[in-house]
Amino acid sequence: MSWVGRNLPRYEDPVLVQGRGRYVADLARGARALRFVRSPVARGRILRVEAPPGVRIITAASLGGVKRLCPRLLRPDFVAIEQPLLAAERVTYVGEPIAAVIAETAAEAEDLAEAVTVQIAPEEAVFDIASALAPSAPRVHEAAAENTLIDAHHATAGVDAAFAGAYAVVELDFVSRRQSAMPLEACGALAAVDAASGRVTLTVSTQAPHMMRTAIADLLGIPESELRVIAPDVGGGFGQKVALVPEYAIAVWAARHYGCTLAWIEDRLENLTAAFHSRDQHLRVRGAFDRDGRLRALDADIRCNVGAYSAYPVTCGVEPLMALAELPGPYDVREYRARARAVATNTCPMAPYRGVSRPVITAAMERLMDMAALRLGLDALELRRRNLMTAFPYTTTTGLVHDEGTYREAMDAAAQLVDVAGFRDRQAAARRAGRYLGIGFSVFAERTGYGTPAFAARKMEITPGFERVELAMDPSGFVEARIGSSPHGQGLKTTLAQLLADELGLAPDGIRVIAGDTDRTPYGWGTFASRSAVIAGGACRLAAAILRRRVAEVAGEMLEAAAGDIEINDGRARVRGTDMAVAVRDLARAAYHQSHRFPAIADTGLSAVATYDPAGTFSNACHVALVEVDIATGQVTIERYAIVEDAGILINPMIVEGQIQGGVAQGIANALFEEIVYDSGGNILTGSLADYLVPTMTEIPELEIHHLETVTEASVTGVKGVGEGGAIGAPAAVLNAVSDALVPFGVQIGEMPITPQRIRQLLREAGASCEGEAA
Amino acid sequence: MTERIEITLRVNGEPHRIAVEPRRTLADALREDCGLTGTHLGCEHGVCGACTVLLDNRPVRSCLMFAVQAEGTPIRTVEGLARDGRLHPLQQAFWDHHGLQCGFCTPGFLMLAVGVLEANPEIGAAELREALSSNLCRCTGYQNILKAVRAAAADMSAWPKSGDR
Repeated sequence: MSWVGRNLPRYEDPVLVQGRGRYVADLARGARALRFVRSPVARGRILRVEAPPGVRIITAASLGGVKRLCPRLLRPDFVAIEQPLLAAERVTYVGEPIAAVIAETAAEAEDLAEAVTVQIAPEEAVFDIASALAPSAPRVHEAAAENTLIDAHHATAGVDAAFAGAYAVVELDFVSRRQSAMPLEACGALAAVDAASGRVTLTVSTQAPHMMRTAIADLLGIPESELRVIAPDVGGGFGQKVALVPEYAIAVWAARHYGCTLAWIEDRLENLTAAFHSRDQHLRVRGAFDRDGRLRALDADIRCNVGAYSAYPVTCGVEPLMALAELPGPYDVREYRARARAVATNTCPMAPYRGVSRPVITAAMERLMDMAALRLGLDALELRRRNLMTAFPYTTTTGLVHDEGTYREAMDAAAQLVDVAGFRDRQAAARRAGRYLGIGFSVFAERTGYGTPAFAARKMEITPGFERVELAMDPSGFVEARIGSSPHGQGLKTTLAQLLADELGLAPDGIRVIAGDTDRTPYGWGTFASRSAVIAGGACRLAAAILRRRVAEVAGEMLEAAAGDIEINDGRARVRGTDMAVAVRDLARAAYHQSHRFPAIADTGLSAVATYDPAGTFSNACHVALVEVDIATGQVTIERYAIVEDAGILINPMIVEGQIQGGVAQGIANALFEEIVYDSGGNILTGSLADYLVPTMTEIPELEIHHLETVTEASVTGVKGVGEGGAIGAPAAVLNAVSDALVPFGVQIGEMPITPQRIRQLLREAGASCEGEAA
Repeated sequence: MTERIEITLRVNGEPHRIAVEPRRTLADALREDCGLTGTHLGCEHGVCGACTVLLDNRPVRSCLMFAVQAEGTPIRTVEGLARDGRLHPLQQAFWDHHGLQCGFCTPGFLMLAVGVLEANPEIGAAELREALSSNLCRCTGYQNILKAVRAAAADMSAWPKSGDR
């Protein structure tokens, strides 16, 4: 019986439910505390940084020889900006680290940091896209004219002609406000120097330990072998922890410089103020539709507020270039023109966050589809049906190749599930009673598991993508799988153990997956972009096939049979069609202790290495949300939420559904609640979780999840990624549902989060009274 | 602020004699002075609930009170839930129902749920949801946490009620 497909309880959990997990802060007991002094000013010249007498302070001047961060895209429109690890002459956003102090305890370090005097001559600053692009705007960086760090264009030849000949042109302005990934564990680093070797072990909350090691070694000008990076238990990341946190490099520098063990444990105010933000985008989208509702051309102006600097290694291109490449989503549109800009402002820099741009562009496209349907008098699902891609592989005008998907099937199944006709009856009855119900669909593609071909197309100087896996069977027949990827809560160790168990003919509890330690694992890129099950899983499968052959060689020798006749199941290697067998644990011992008998595996023993680097595969799904909008208060209640998704073969359906549930919760938050707000001086008004509104159990409905399982050839395991889809699909479904509820008022939603205040504002503008009389 | 006060915290039935600054929070004292790092800190301002412990069998935010205030009151933390190598029914249910992903919020949710269910084993669905909305989880979307707590409610009666343990 196959282990793949089972809801195997996670191996990660017994430790975690007993509070025995080891997150960075848990390991930092006894370490000295590092604390950062941060800029209270959004833009200005640093005049003076002064610590009280006798206090050890680290400033930019202390860091002689340390390089500046400067991730690059190798494209002509990219403006590279150097970022000092500690602000040197100038500050460029509130929260930017200026100096660091060290004390015996965290509380004392906080006291010290507060005693540091910072004098800054403030200058005019820009915080939002419109003011940053204004002709007279001050420049965030001298090198960036018009505060534009990327200005990317794409155009097919016939866009203007298609618009000229369109039956209807539908236009939409769409704004996504700024968000934080807000992992419940904030960032943190523990740097310890080994007195004997001088090596530093850096234990950090990260999604990408190997990349952290490269980044920090480069910055400090030391060989990578001088540094060991460990990702222990990581309390969520969702993208925020994939990029280099500059403070981590300071921690290593300080540990080396002072020869002590020290820890920086980020607090929530720092995390909401100065850890990477995301999503802040403004899209203007125009669709040219013919009389039958076919989308003949799409034209978009995409502007992303990327903050003051580029996150390493992905750069500030991650949002605009994703939007440019993927705006058309699952729709077959042959004429597409877009301009996508990365706009620098005096705000916190951006990193990828679950979905990267796609929660926003999917919401914009799906709003456009609903608005077009209203305009053309067509059913919104029928309009989509006429435009969804149906023949695969499908190559977009931007060069993406969609493998087999179930776009129409998922949508039709979702529509059936919620009984759209029945809902419309209920909706009409409710409206008569002064209650406003709405239904919203979201159909989308989730590009997952893409390796270097996709990242190279983005022209990244540092091109992530492959994953490598090393397998070793020990003399007792247990297998260690050392992976380059590094999970941060997804249950990847369980997932990969299931996959390997089937390949190796062993039980998954005989397989230990090792991750998150650069001394113990091969170079790899980490968990992001819905990639680990596909790519690390693919590498596991390839490596397991090799190891299985080697196990068969040993078994064949012992059983006097050809290796090709050996089958391995349930921990036993057997000559096919006979009862001649040897336990894997016995053959493993023989392979080590009688190795002279097995010349076929003399070079490798019972080990195997494989690398996987696929072009990528697309998952797809349809989300449907049913909501009620209280027009007196603007409050949105989600009554029902259903999903039909296709992520290919499911290794552990329970884990897959967990990913979807968590992603949808974040997507609902994106649609309705969460927003980082700056005041007119560039200070953050949402520096606590009482202000930055993460949803609780009462805001998140139960989800109904149904699976389609298209077997793809674009992944060696048939698995498609699924980590981001929930977050990608949810905002569109919720916003469409809210818009549908408000159709009687002529209100169309073009903003997220659509908070109660904003809904009330729209209703006031539409002339609706509190009592719900449609204007 | 470096003057320290000697106090004894009674945690999971064990006395911990520690010396703390008056400003030391209970959460920091548990983690740093008692070495019980299962109690996590997610916000340090009383919203996320990752630091939830039971004080006199009632769920409290340990980041919102000082350690010196807790002297003389029995404290229970996640480390005290399992008994004799057996997981507490809530721990088992969280495992069985995939009620956790990264696990950072889990100790706080477990202690919240223990407090809620011990106080009212018959708690209604809506009331339970409301009570569990005290804490934040960023990974699961809450569905499986609710499922796990409901499932555990049935098994809790067979588990010895803990008193001050």
